[in-house]
Amino acid sequence: MTATAEVRGRSRPRSSWRRRDAATGYLFVAPAVLGSVAFVMVPLIAVVWFSLHEWNVLAATFTFEGAANYERMLADPALRQSLIASAWFSAGILVLNISLALLLAVLLNQKLPGTTFFRVAFFSPVVVSLVAWTIVWGFLLQSDGGINALLASIGIDGPNWLRGSTTAMVSIVVVQVFKNVGLNMVLFLAALQGVPEEIQEAATLDGAGAWRRFRTITVPMISPTILLVSILTVVGSLETFALIDVMTQGGPGNSTTVLVYYLYRQAFQFNEFGYASAIAVLLFLIVLVLTLLQWQTRKRWVHHEN
Amino acid sequence: MRTDQLGAPTRDGRKSAAIDPRRPVPAHGRVGRARRQRRTRWMLVGLLSLLSVPFLFPTWWMATSSLKTTSEILRVPPTLWPSDPSLAPYRAVFDLQPFAIQYWNSLYIAALSTIGTILVASLAGYAFARIQFRGNNLLFVVVLAGLLVPSEVTIVPLFRAVNSLGLIDTHWPLIVIPIFGAPSVLGTFIMRQFFISLPLELEEAGRMDGLSRWGIFWRIAFPLARPAIAAVAIFTFMKSWNMYLEPIVYLSSRENFTLPQALTQYVDAYGGPIWNVQLAATTLTVIPVLVVFLIAQRQFIQGLAQTGLKG
Repeated sequence: MTATAEVRGRSRPRSSWRRRDAATGYLFVAPAVLGSVAFVMVPLIAVVWFSLHEWNVLAATFTFEGAANYERMLADPALRQSLIASAWFSAGILVLNISLALLLAVLLNQKLPGTTFFRVAFFSPVVVSLVAWTIVWGFLLQSDGGINALLASIGIDGPNWLRGSTTAMVSIVVVQVFKNVGLNMVLFLAALQGVPEEIQEAATLDGAGAWRRFRTITVPMISPTILLVSILTVVGSLETFALIDVMTQGGPGNSTTVLVYYLYRQAFQFNEFGYASAIAVLLFLIVLVLTLLQWQTRKRWVHHEN
Repeated sequence: MRTDQLGAPTRDGRKSAAIDPRRPVPAHGRVGRARRQRRTRWMLVGLLSLLSVPFLFPTWWMATSSLKTTSEILRVPPTLWPSDPSLAPYRAVFDLQPFAIQYWNSLYIAALSTIGTILVASLAGYAFARIQFRGNNLLFVVVLAGLLVPSEVTIVPLFRAVNSLGLIDTHWPLIVIPIFGAPSVLGTFIMRQFFISLPLELEEAGRMDGLSRWGIFWRIAFPLARPAIAAVAIFTFMKSWNMYLEPIVYLSSRENFTLPQALTQYVDAYGGPIWNVQLAATTLTVIPVLVVFLIAQRQFIQGLAQTGLKG
């Protein structure tokens, strides 16, 4: 690192100090490095190894089967369905979350009365624990719950939100978006405050309307944040588990059984650890590819980088 | 940056300027514009108020419904305020489950993982930023790679390992794995970014005074890192407090449950939720975090924004 090179160059320590310093360095990083190896790397290798086995804990079988689990995945309609559910879920989250977060951030970036109040209001679900938030929404969305009671009071007969396959998916997407959009909003607000006001003013003088200024100035200038937030949001949505377990248990049918939930059921309900490991490998590859893909394409659509 | 480009009238800019009736501003026109602006501002505030309903209403509903009777909860039209508020659901929370113990479980697990993560992450972050040793960058990449591995991917092997160590239904995996695994990876990254930007002169002065590297870290760098430590602390505490998959995988007896897991257990004999009791328990778990958040909301939001930005 340049910083440490500077230390060495400026004060020319004796080599014994430097040697001792290097030893301290290893000591300092040891817990993090060993922890990362023990709790991330080794389990990752193990999961690949397990995925090549037929492993049913109840039947106490653990036999090497090569690619059998992967062949099973190809032929498994339920897995295909969970991939489709994951795709819908993530796409819904991405589009709704990013656009709502941007809208809120742009609104709060105006000098309006009550900005602090609204900032806290939109952010507050982030600090409410996910299970608490989900339980409340589960209550509001049940057939005789709060939302339908409100709808009934204006004469609308609401559906049983969590029991219809389309409405269940829409419901969990919306509940997740309201929960987390505040965090993305804050990230966008921070980015918006970095957009120089003079540019906006100059464009206004040139007669550019609000929408045009937003499209040609604001969006390009905060595009690194949009990229980062998109990656975090998509990866986060692929890891959604609690929301689904509490609210729909993957149902109705398998309509909200996203990949993580399918993995959990194979492992901890059906005791199919080998097959679950193969699904885990698939999940890892999807997260990896999506992250690298978004990172690779950043030069094409990201305006500037620090 | 691109001021000159944008400042110069573009083709489109000139066109819209020509048809923009606001462009030449006579004195009476300016008044109309101010009024129009004021109207737009109030419309925007109205829009924000409307948008904030789905963010605030659930929490309000949760708190008020926890004081209602089972029949009032389901009344149509819904009551916004309990007609006969009663604390009975709150009593039931503690009667139906060892809720106080579960509360304590969540608190101490979150506290220990937070303290552990701060120590592991700040030591490693400091060394990666400031100490020169062979393999510094390589080891940093090894640690950072952990960010690409969702914890769900490794849950099966970790569960088998915990099981073979005989630690199922104990709190060990919920404390130790987060300290050394995923949250500390992000923490290490945040701490490293902070220590890189810390002025070098401060440490040099300490070294002149004969401090060892440990002394420099512990007496100079660590105390100065308070903002970064706060960010890591908030983020780690929240992550532990909200942990759900791991407890339901590792824990089996009610006395060992953590809060998110315990909340889903308030069900009647048919598996249907006992809503008022469940909402009372939910309210009890939300209050402490919400109070801390409201008192320290600015730092809180900035802290989380910082971890989000740098994660």
